Amino acid sequence: MRDVAVSFGGIVALDGVSFDLHPGLIAGLIGPNGAGKTTLFNCLSRYYTPSSGDILFDGSSILAKPPHQIAHLGIGRTFQNLALFRSLSVLDNVKIGGHCRSRSDYLSDALRLPWTGRTEASLDLRSREIVAYLGLDGVLDRRVADLPFGTQKRVELARALASSPRLLLLDEPACGLNHEEVGALSTSIRQIRDDLDVTILVVEHHMNLVMSISDRVIALNFGRKIAEGVPAQVQQDAQVISAYLGAGHA
Amino acid sequence: MPAPSEEMMEAIAEPAVPEVSAPRLVGHRSVIFATLAIALVLPFLVQSFLTFQLTLVLVYAIAIIGLNLLTGFNGQFSLGHSAFYALGAYVAAMLMDKVNFPYAATLPVAGIACFVFGFLFGLPALRLEGVYLALATFALAVATPQILKLSPLEYWTGGVQGIVISKPDAPYGLPLTQDQWLYFFTLLVTVIMTLLAHNLVASRTGRAMMAIRDNPTAARSMGINIALYKSLTFGVSALYTGVAGALGAIVVQFVAPDSFTFFLSITLLVGLVVGGVGWIPGAFFGGAFVLFVPNFAESISKGLSGAVYGVMIILLIFMLPTGAAGLVRAVTQRLRGQNIR
Repeated sequence: MRDVAVSFGGIVALDGVSFDLHPGLIAGLIGPNGAGKTTLFNCLSRYYTPSSGDILFDGSSILAKPPHQIAHLGIGRTFQNLALFRSLSVLDNVKIGGHCRSRSDYLSDALRLPWTGRTEASLDLRSREIVAYLGLDGVLDRRVADLPFGTQKRVELARALASSPRLLLLDEPACGLNHEEVGALSTSIRQIRDDLDVTILVVEHHMNLVMSISDRVIALNFGRKIAEGVPAQVQQDAQVISAYLGAGHA
Repeated sequence: MPAPSEEMMEAIAEPAVPEVSAPRLVGHRSVIFATLAIALVLPFLVQSFLTFQLTLVLVYAIAIIGLNLLTGFNGQFSLGHSAFYALGAYVAAMLMDKVNFPYAATLPVAGIACFVFGFLFGLPALRLEGVYLALATFALAVATPQILKLSPLEYWTGGVQGIVISKPDAPYGLPLTQDQWLYFFTLLVTVIMTLLAHNLVASRTGRAMMAIRDNPTAARSMGINIALYKSLTFGVSALYTGVAGALGAIVVQFVAPDSFTFFLSITLLVGLVVGGVGWIPGAFFGGAFVLFVPNFAESISKGLSGAVYGVMIILLIFMLPTGAAGLVRAVTQRLRGQNIR
């Protein structure tokens, strides 16, 4: 994957933000509430169309693509407040994650043509591997709605991985998790990057987590980028400190 | 206390055992074969009027499966399925009446006509959700009987009089009455349609349909083309209901505009809820309910049959909020529990 340049202008939520993501690195996106982090994510998922600027992935603009083709491009995501298919099993949720990496059509599926069986078998195998990879085998056939919050968050991660993303967007993955779960999460995020060779962009309020896992950190405030660099550098940045603690502390 | 602790361990370990689905599948299959066997001998054991009614149960079941694909699996509401049923019925009746089409060949034509109509109706309906979609489809249901009565179409539709069709005989000199033959013919179509619907919901397409129902935003992020699946599902749902309508016309030997009012849509919806939303075999429970229970209500009180029927529906919803699906689930769970011991 080549650099992703993001720049918007003219809209209040994001005001001319630009940055590059380098392949194989974990980037943390921080900023106080309302800084525009989720807006930025939603632009990357094509829920919002920026009024100006462009988003390049692999050298071509994603703005020409409809939202449902973003997964095909290799951009996967999780959601801040879970967005799972609640009435379905863990395995089915993960299989739906693999939708964009499998093929079938309405008629062949209804007639259960032989080739759809092979598609289904390989999707099933891959989904089970991902479920096992994230330690969810114990709840494979359970309905997602019946699982504890922390487990549901892992299911979302598994579902995102099933789309074989090259860029993985994690929207507040630590939100609502307890201390131990946060520890396990930071281990898994790094492991996912190492094992699957995926670029990860994390939006997170949990500073310890962001600073410990990120290779680079980008700080936003009021829709503008106020700092970018390695974690230690951003942590010391006067603007970042003032954004978080208030102007008096700068 | 070694004994209880062992028992407890078993109880704790039990939910984690993944093979729970295997015995259920075997049980499932034997239940299906038993039901089919009963269905095959039934018309030789009962009177011809009951055979005729059972045929109608199957016809309703096909229509309810169609509605279930749309509402139960894809989360789109429809109060307009009487229109698709009517279209299927009229296509079949007109083909037989005007161009002497063989009755069996009218089914695919009716199905395809309804698919196209349903798909096209589904396109603008994409912008509507929940109660708004229900209203749009309601309009379709209300308009249909009047359109069928229009005088410019009278040559084809027979206007208010409708169309009378003759009942087909059993082919190849089979020793079956007309009612028995139509029952078996309908049963064959029902089995095929049920199998196709079962395949569909268990497939990648079916999961995409359910993903859209559960969470459209997330579904789109998973690469699911919502517009495509929603409009295709609308078409396929209409196809099922249209085939049911065509079969219904052949079985009843008559089509008329006032058989396809808005009330038919509600009847199908009642059948869907009674059978269990999102459970394919529920259609047979639902079909039997909407055919037999109103008659039963009438036998209790002629003057208040509607009220009795209403009370029965309310009681049923209180006792079985998830329809026949919930009852069957509870029974199988109990049976499985006994098998383990």
